[in-house]
Amino acid sequence: MFTLPELPYKQNALEPYIKEETVKFHYTKHHNGYVNKLNNLVEGTDFANSTLEEIIKNAEGGIFNNGAQVWNHTFYWEGFSPKGGGTPVGEIAKAINNSFGSFDDFKEKFSNAAATLFGSGWAWLVVNKQGKLEIVQASNAGNPIRDGLKPLLTCDVWEHAYYLDYQNLRPDYIKNFWEIIDWVKINERLINA
Amino acid sequence: MKSILTILILIIMSSTINLNAQHIQKELNYEFNALEPHIDAKTMEVHYSKHHAGYIAKLNKAIEGTEYSEYDLMTLQKLISEKTPAAIRNNGGGSWNHEFFWDILTPTKGMKPSKKLNDAIIRDFGSFDSFKSEFKNAALGQFGSGWAWLIIQDGKLKVVSTPNQDNPLMEFAKEKGTPILAIDVWEHAYYLKYQNLRGDYIEAFFNVVNWDKVSEYYEKAIK
Ligand SMILES: [Fe+2]
Ligand SMILES: [Fe+2]
Repeated sequence: MFTLPELPYKQNALEPYIKEETVKFHYTKHHNGYVNKLNNLVEGTDFANSTLEEIIKNAEGGIFNNGAQVWNHTFYWEGFSPKGGGTPVGEIAKAINNSFGSFDDFKEKFSNAAATLFGSGWAWLVVNKQGKLEIVQASNAGNPIRDGLKPLLTCDVWEHAYYLDYQNLRPDYIKNFWEIIDWVKINERLINA
Repeated sequence: MKSILTILILIIMSSTINLNAQHIQKELNYEFNALEPHIDAKTMEVHYSKHHAGYIAKLNKAIEGTEYSEYDLMTLQKLISEKTPAAIRNNGGGSWNHEFFWDILTPTKGMKPSKKLNDAIIRDFGSFDSFKSEFKNAALGQFGSGWAWLIIQDGKLKVVSTPNQDNPLMEFAKEKGTPILAIDVWEHAYYLKYQNLRGDYIEAFFNVVNWDKVSEYYEKAIK
């Protein structure tokens, strides 16, 4: 049985950048909905005792979609902190400078990837096979683990992630997204990668 | 005299614009609040004046100076292939799909499919209810952003869905055909009122379908 992980902060903790109502629907309806659908779909299949990572690597169709969405959303929530924002610290700061020149250049590139992903999906910062940082876009439930990449940071650009707060103005959501990034957490992810 | 000259210049200017085939957003046949409570005024306003208008503006930019600039919207759809630049495919689809969608919606209550369309629905789906549930399943099952359609394919009715702003007129569509009914299932089409409850939105949609228009499309297409 897959379960919905606890949100690492209160539903109103990301205000004013992401409103409580958005977090409530996103976490208790969308994220939770993917968990429930996944449990229904894997029952009696080879994936019933798999990890989410195994599902992401090997499953297709509904099991992939719901499994990846469970993982993606957990990863998304855990990348935020009400005390987040500012500039990266530690190894991640160095790695960003090495791969993108500067934090500002990285921010611009990542924001652009998130803004131009057409339809529903995710923008990702990953460590590629050469150990360098890279920005990738993924449609719908797409997750870079499937391509052998290691995710460090993600931005959900499904409309449900921002529509109550920003409607059609996805770029405003992305601009505010930077204000809640937990760089301590992102740095930990890089060290573990 | 001066005002006549101004008018002449305006006419010449506007005909030049037409030659460049700049697409212009058609006016809605009803007010933003006309489909309440099924589709709320705020959703209609943002959907029409931000999303749809945005697709048209971006399409006009994308086709400028290209071979795609010489066609009306419907013809353009059929020319969109896998080789078409993404900006033209996405914004071209977004422009036509929404124009079509506004057209098959109406505040008028109590419309029903015409006799001919109704007969075809029964012939191809068994009953109106089984058509409706097939359509609803297609709209619910389109993972992510996209559309569900009722199309005519080889003279028969068929329910299909497409991702993002693709449609059954495009060259690469898995199921090609002439659309006579469509539902937008991008989250922007229902999120302000229904949030995660896409199924409720689809049910509500059936209260505002312009069956006169859909029947007209059907009868035109089978001629
Ligand atoms: Fe999401
Ligand atoms: Fe739309």
